[in-house]
Amino acid sequence: MARVELKQVKKSYGSVEVIKGIDLDIQHGEFCVFVGPSGCGKSTLLRMISGLEPISGGDVVIGDEVVNDIAAADRGLAMVFQSYALYPHMSVRQNLSFGLENIGTSKSEISEKVGQVSAMLQIDKLLDRKPKDLSGGQRQRVAIGRAVVREPRVFLFDEPLSNLDAELRVDMRGEITALHRRLGNTMIYVTHDQVEAMTMADKIAVLRLGELEQFGRPLDLYNQPCNVFVAGFIGSPKMNFLKGKVDADRGSVTLVTGEVMAIPTEGFSHQSGEEVTVGIRPNSVSLSEDGPVKIEVRSVEQLGGESYVYGSLKDGTQVTVHLSGQISAQVGQTLGIDLDLSNVHLFDSNSGLTLRAPNTE
Amino acid sequence: MARVFSFLTATRGKGRLHWTDWVSYSYLIIGIFLMFGPVIWLVLSSFKTANELDRFPPRFLPYAQETVEVDGFEDPLLAFTVIDGDLTGEVVGQTRRAAGRAEIIVPSNPDERIRVTVDQLEPIEGISFATENYTDLFERFNFLRFFWNSTFITVTATLLMLLVNSMAAFALSKYEFKGRTSVLLIVIGTLMIPQTVVLVPLFLIVTELGMFNSLWGVIIPGAATPTGVFLLRQYMITIPDEILDAARMDKASEWKIFWRIIIPLSAPAIAVLAILAIMWRWNDFLWPLIVLTRTENFTLQLALNSFQGELQTDWTSLLAMTVLTLLPIAAVFMFLQKYIATGIASTGGK
Repeated sequence: MARVELKQVKKSYGSVEVIKGIDLDIQHGEFCVFVGPSGCGKSTLLRMISGLEPISGGDVVIGDEVVNDIAAADRGLAMVFQSYALYPHMSVRQNLSFGLENIGTSKSEISEKVGQVSAMLQIDKLLDRKPKDLSGGQRQRVAIGRAVVREPRVFLFDEPLSNLDAELRVDMRGEITALHRRLGNTMIYVTHDQVEAMTMADKIAVLRLGELEQFGRPLDLYNQPCNVFVAGFIGSPKMNFLKGKVDADRGSVTLVTGEVMAIPTEGFSHQSGEEVTVGIRPNSVSLSEDGPVKIEVRSVEQLGGESYVYGSLKDGTQVTVHLSGQISAQVGQTLGIDLDLSNVHLFDSNSGLTLRAPNTE
Repeated sequence: MARVFSFLTATRGKGRLHWTDWVSYSYLIIGIFLMFGPVIWLVLSSFKTANELDRFPPRFLPYAQETVEVDGFEDPLLAFTVIDGDLTGEVVGQTRRAAGRAEIIVPSNPDERIRVTVDQLEPIEGISFATENYTDLFERFNFLRFFWNSTFITVTATLLMLLVNSMAAFALSKYEFKGRTSVLLIVIGTLMIPQTVVLVPLFLIVTELGMFNSLWGVIIPGAATPTGVFLLRQYMITIPDEILDAARMDKASEWKIFWRIIIPLSAPAIAVLAILAIMWRWNDFLWPLIVLTRTENFTLQLALNSFQGELQTDWTSLLAMTVLTLLPIAAVFMFLQKYIATGIASTGGK
């Protein structure tokens, strides 16, 4: 069993605390994605799990063993690096077999395993080439192959796709997920791209400034973000945030721009006069002539099958509207919008935390 | 060949010469003259006889007087042409010469000895290479011994230096430890101390350790050089840490990382340092002069020095041995010089 558990894991460089006590429990076989903006500590956290970065406090448990004092090499992990980190002077075959040689695997066994893995990753024709003669995608496969060939308990991926072009990234995304299904190992994957996180993960851990904001299944994070940060980070394009004040008696919110909009009363705990942030995803907003809120169109993106209208309220708050099909809105035009109240999120404006009452669904 | 020719005759102007062609070609020609002039002069002079070397004004090519075989004489006689008197135009051999008069023999009539004045004779000279300058080195002096000493010192010292310096550079570039910067500063700081200042203390240490008059006394003090450590460290810094991390995840020991990852990846810088080290050691003079006093321990440079006495200099041997001393280093340089360019170019980072 390769369960990975973090208990109050901390990291500080001198007086600067970069990881501020993280608790996380990744079950065996789970594909867990660490996501967050750059500088949130996600790569550091991964390196702490790998053992390349010593931890300043707490415990890292892999399997049932506390591995704080176990060297990176002996933790039974394999890592795929952002820059691939292939050994430039070795051929692909040597790159794949280097780790096996180091643990004293016999020659015949090495060539057998290298053969299997390279066939699986379709790099068997590249075995005698040097990394510099490979394309980005091929290097990525070799880097993954180097991890797979050692049959580790847990795979660690550090932003492995960020150096690839968009199309290749989508392909490799699919391949890594397929690999996970085939091998069934625990995988921890770091990315700053929430699309990667949403599409690949069994569980997502959203990190910000060294703290764990939310940990859960992708759709749980999407549907029930626990705070404004997670709500804004997960989902593309970003969720719209409108500031206002609650009027509990009338079940409505008065926006700072003066417009009054109804809010759902069920499932949320809020009081009159409380300052709240109303969060609503662009696809729950629609254009309507007599909508309660007016926006001025700033730009329009027509993708053919769908369209995005970017507008702003009177006070400059950005609002994005997602529409299917094509529209004929002009920049500068004022449009009314309608909000689908069943998909509204409410957050406390001061703390940023959700006002959703626990156990609503 | 055609490509070499077109490279050597490349011009900027089409059809006629642009003024930059004149400037660059004259610059290059002057450069070639300055660089190769002395070397060519040295090589040609090394083939001159002692008499020819003393001659004034000097001549570019090595000349030697021709000789004629005359019946009745065991050794060939020096050949002259008579330019005045009855025998004008005859080629004659000279048997004796003294006080402005010479005794000559016409080869066709070996029994008659004729006396003429010296100014009636003109020596017949031809280009001739005095190869005995070189063969003497092997017969009269223990050239191979000196050559072996120089080679042994150069090879051992270079290998030792590369090993010590690359290990130091690895530690200083890839490990975080307390005082790393101070260590580096001390290493670089020693560059500012002139060699001559530490000469006496170094000599005392070497003597104390019993390495006086031993080749190791020359090899070991030069094993660690600040220049080498600094050069390699600057190069190793450019090796991404992720590669080392990847090797660590691959269960490679730190020693294995050094041998299998760091050394192959630093090859260009190591090649540069190797060339420099070979040149330093091979051409080293002052320190061997101090440590090595017995002739059988002499390096080539010391042997060359011993040809030059206070009162007399053995120019023929000195020049010939200088040429032989130059050859190995020139060969090393010719084969490895491309690494100097690539190595230095890529040391500055990518």
